[in-house]
Amino acid sequence: MQLEIHAFQAAYARCLDDEKLEAWPDFFLADAVYRVTTADNFRRGLQAGLIWANSRAMLADRISALREANIYERHGYRHILGLPLVAALASGEARAETPFLVARIMRDGATDLFATGRYLDVFAHDEAGALKLRERVVVCDSSRIDTLLAIPL
Amino acid sequence: MPLDTVWPEQTIHQVPYWVFQRAEVLAREQEAIFRGACWHYLCLEAEIPTAGDYRTTQLGELPVVVARDAEGVVHAFENRCAHRGALIALEDGGNTRDFTCVYHAWRYDMAGNLKGVAFRNGIGGKGGMPKDFSLAENCPRKLRVAMFCGLVFGTLSEATPPLEDYLGPEVATRIRRVLNGRTPEVLGRFTQALPNNWKLYTENVRDSYHASLLHLFFTTFEVNRLTQKGGLIVSESGGNHVSWSAIEDGAAGAEYAQQQIRSDSDYRLADPSLLHGFQEFGDNCTLQILSVFPTFVLQQIQNCIAVRQVVPRAVDRTDLHWTYLGFAEDTAEQRVMRLKQCNLVGAAGFVSMEDGCVGGFVQRGSAGAADHQAVLRMGGHDAESSDTRATEASVRGFWKAYRAATGL
Repeated sequence: MQLEIHAFQAAYARCLDDEKLEAWPDFFLADAVYRVTTADNFRRGLQAGLIWANSRAMLADRISALREANIYERHGYRHILGLPLVAALASGEARAETPFLVARIMRDGATDLFATGRYLDVFAHDEAGALKLRERVVVCDSSRIDTLLAIPL
Repeated sequence: MPLDTVWPEQTIHQVPYWVFQRAEVLAREQEAIFRGACWHYLCLEAEIPTAGDYRTTQLGELPVVVARDAEGVVHAFENRCAHRGALIALEDGGNTRDFTCVYHAWRYDMAGNLKGVAFRNGIGGKGGMPKDFSLAENCPRKLRVAMFCGLVFGTLSEATPPLEDYLGPEVATRIRRVLNGRTPEVLGRFTQALPNNWKLYTENVRDSYHASLLHLFFTTFEVNRLTQKGGLIVSESGGNHVSWSAIEDGAAGAEYAQQQIRSDSDYRLADPSLLHGFQEFGDNCTLQILSVFPTFVLQQIQNCIAVRQVVPRAVDRTDLHWTYLGFAEDTAEQRVMRLKQCNLVGAAGFVSMEDGCVGGFVQRGSAGAADHQAVLRMGGHDAESSDTRATEASVRGFWKAYRAATGL
């Protein structure tokens, strides 16, 4: 599954960086968990997230809120992903840990290192045989988020 | 320190932009507000439940340790070694028997009393501290500490009135409504770095006028509209406020349609379970935003409870610390609902992410307008409670308390 996961992560990053946000929920199973937290909260076992979802529909809502409701200055991301460390599970699923670095490019061109961290993933195949995320916990290294987190990580 | 700035016409309904821009104003605030006669939120009692527990925090630029001693008494003291000024505690929190400065190993108890000086008597009869050196006379400044409903507050000033007087009866009642009789549990802590002066955030929190106009998510789902039943409480000092709203059947939407505000859309949630909260308070109040001058906020948005603490870092930089709360009494289902509703708030909050950027828009927008003024005339000129939230009375209240504290 290693190569399949590599291809998945590359496609995931490109989806967000190309701002194809409506396609983003399709990387997840219908009952997937997606959570964005920080290393400090993760280490302490604190459950709350900056983003906390336990369904793909909640992820779709996040995108429609960004498109329809939320106000923020136009910006984009560039994800640089490290190599996934993959461990197969007995269930036929796989766990993976993938480091990331995300630059944020603001409307005026200002480019900052916005976040570093790791994806803690559980991958599974759906009924159609496509690889999907059953769970993605995004653990940001820093406890500080600059201004706001609109586009997902 | 004299400032070559004059407040226009001695009002609270006009705010000059220089107040958000000048380093000498921030210096005045550090002295008059953060080290002055105000109560500052330090932490939750629940974060330091047992003997030896401590947290570190800030009163503006002043670093502070809050610690519980062996007898269970909570103390707060400046996080500054009396010797050469280094931080005494370096972590956000933990449990310890005492504090030892890493620089020269001066040792303090949980109340900030100096208990030991390394090599105090020298080595081999040489060196050491003079005989008249007094441990008792050398310790970091101690704060007065007061607690209310599990919230720990501190002040450096002897002139600060008793905490409940400072809160005022109505604000105290509204804190009790959320916190009393329960055991808070921290669900998570996040820091949002705001690109603006700290007062642009404390204004924003007290600004009930903007809530349903900037935050479309609320309005669309009728979590909050100015046309809902609601009101505004401003404390006598002006500095503390409560903005609340409650669900009422048949709340009119016509005023919104007439204003052609971008709040009437066909937008619906694919997973509406986010908004299926539980009755927690025995009232229909879905939102209660409460502030205590200068920098404390207690928030109830449906079942999402959080405290927020505002810490200025520079004239145009502010840290906003969020602590999300549940309660030990929560059922598993209630806990999941709280986690779900955390999506409403914080740096990525459906409802509050705009507050992260809007202060920056003001900071940048007013950069060349130091001697111009913001207009705060919605709902009149005073800082009184009202049964409408289409008013800026609590923002004016902030400036009333601010001007009284700083003399600006």
